[in-house]
Amino acid sequence: MTQTSVAPTEASAPDGLRPVDVARIRRDFPILARTVRNDRPLVYLDSAATSQKPEQVLEAESAYYRRCNAAVHRGAHQLAEEATDAYEEARRVIAGFVGASADDLVFTKNATESLNLVAYAFSNGTAKGVHAPDAVDPRFVLNPGDSIVVTQMEHHANLVPWQEVCAKTGATLRWIGLTDDGRLDLDGLDTVIDSTTRVVSIVHQSNLLGTINPVSEIMRRAQAVGAIGVVDGCQSIPHMPVDVTALGADLVAWSGHKMLGPTGIGMLWGRHEVLDAMPPFITGGSMIETVFMDHSTYAPAPKRFEAGTPMVAQAVGTAEAVRYLDALGMQNVAAHEHLLTGYALERLEDMRGVRIIGPRDNVARGSAISFVVEGIHPHDVGQFLDDRGVAVRVGHHCAWPTCRRFDVPATTRLSTYIYNDTTDIDVAVEGVRAAQEFFGV
Amino acid sequence: MNVESMYQEIILDHYKNPRGKGRLDSAAAESHQVNPTCGDEVTVQVATDDSGRLRVGYEGQGCSISQASASVMAEMVEGLDPKAAEEIRAAFLELMHSRGDAEPDEDILGDGVAFAGVAKYPARIKCALLPWMALQDAEVKAGITVTVEGETRS
Ligand SMILES: Cc1ncc(COP(=O)(O)O)c(C=O)c1O
Repeated sequence: MTQTSVAPTEASAPDGLRPVDVARIRRDFPILARTVRNDRPLVYLDSAATSQKPEQVLEAESAYYRRCNAAVHRGAHQLAEEATDAYEEARRVIAGFVGASADDLVFTKNATESLNLVAYAFSNGTAKGVHAPDAVDPRFVLNPGDSIVVTQMEHHANLVPWQEVCAKTGATLRWIGLTDDGRLDLDGLDTVIDSTTRVVSIVHQSNLLGTINPVSEIMRRAQAVGAIGVVDGCQSIPHMPVDVTALGADLVAWSGHKMLGPTGIGMLWGRHEVLDAMPPFITGGSMIETVFMDHSTYAPAPKRFEAGTPMVAQAVGTAEAVRYLDALGMQNVAAHEHLLTGYALERLEDMRGVRIIGPRDNVARGSAISFVVEGIHPHDVGQFLDDRGVAVRVGHHCAWPTCRRFDVPATTRLSTYIYNDTTDIDVAVEGVRAAQEFFGV
Repeated sequence: MNVESMYQEIILDHYKNPRGKGRLDSAAAESHQVNPTCGDEVTVQVATDDSGRLRVGYEGQGCSISQASASVMAEMVEGLDPKAAEEIRAAFLELMHSRGDAEPDEDILGDGVAFAGVAKYPARIKCALLPWMALQDAEVKAGITVTVEGETRS
């Protein structure tokens, strides 16, 4: 098993790491003080779906609206100037967090839109190529016989858009399969990704299995065959240090709301040369250079991909989230979650009738842990946990084919973040035990 | 309201010992319904016998609520006149949309009254309704016409 360079490793653990002070952190998250159901304290174990937001982020968003709200990149007044500064400063901060330059970071609505932006570059490029071959970079024109490669552990957001691209262009969808312990089966990598492959789009860390994939190795193979490499960083960037420029990818997508930021904002980083060659996705105001009645020319990236009035407050909020995470240190965040993951795996492994879906060893693995309980449907497990104030996710987690691969209709998933500690895991484990008792299994 | 009171004995019993589960020999139509948020699935088949009474078969996999609901439904509507079945369906629908405030009529709903607590959990209502939606859809496909309170639905 090859580990990615950014995965937390046991060897690097003790030196220079600061423990995450959960009690202090929890005071920053107002929602964690509330109770649910029958006055139970909230135990939030659903951060892989969306994280909670600290006061600092809420305040930054609110302060933006209170002090300098205006339409960005237009208007000659002071507020417009300040709003534009806030927006572009947010871009600089967020780009810096992932080792990138601000010019290479596009803001979208969420990761799903970022991935669609990329997928549409291919279907739009292919459609345009029919009428005006010279106007399109040939890398974005697909033909029957071409292939697109994903994995069997993709979130629907990195699967369905590629199915659509295939349906529109005649390209074929291929995927890297999984081993029984929830890792990518890389044995046949060189045959899955071959000279026909034009796009390789893979998840960095699975939201269902928790697996951290060796993206660099796969991106190297993509590069070798001249394919565009895309990484879904939704679950990795919030939880560990990631330098997007070091993955060997051309494009990386993720969301703000899973990393302490607000909803309504997603990110797409791209190598500048690739972004600049990509046909636009959503068109209209703000993304143009010049407009005539019969045609237009487009602004360079990232503007080209930001049509319409952008999500300024959300960008400001996400930048504040990044400052919060930076102050903790992403190495420390990763180490904290690594410990929690190890603890949770151990406790679940100890339980009778519980089967973990995904890697059971705490190596190259994130904190999303899926499991099934023999004789109890995940929906019923989730209901019992909810009754104890424990918020987990149940279902197929937008990765239905992954569930099918493991022959389960759904799973229960717990996922942690900086505000969780081992007592949260204990409450969840007790809840599962209570469900087993109640259902007599 | 706690979770144990949602999982009534009747529900657990139907979940563990489903009644009338299985396919019909010759179905007039069937409907496959899924709950896309959690993957619960149920297929309901319908036919009518010589005197126009309903015959129902079903298969499915999913949570206790969806599967118990299918069992209760099959047991209740099997052999009924389609109009009588439709009355039960309408009453069950109303119960599920009551947010848990309704006094269900056991004379109409039978074991279905056990689902009253489910109506307090919005995420589970869809589970309970899944087989009933499949029944309605299968009846429409089979051309079974039902008249309730002067309205005609086909
Ligand atoms: C791995 C992965 N990819 C993509 C997404 C989609 O993110 P969003 O819903 O923010 O667009 C998610 C979030 O659910 C995810 O976990």
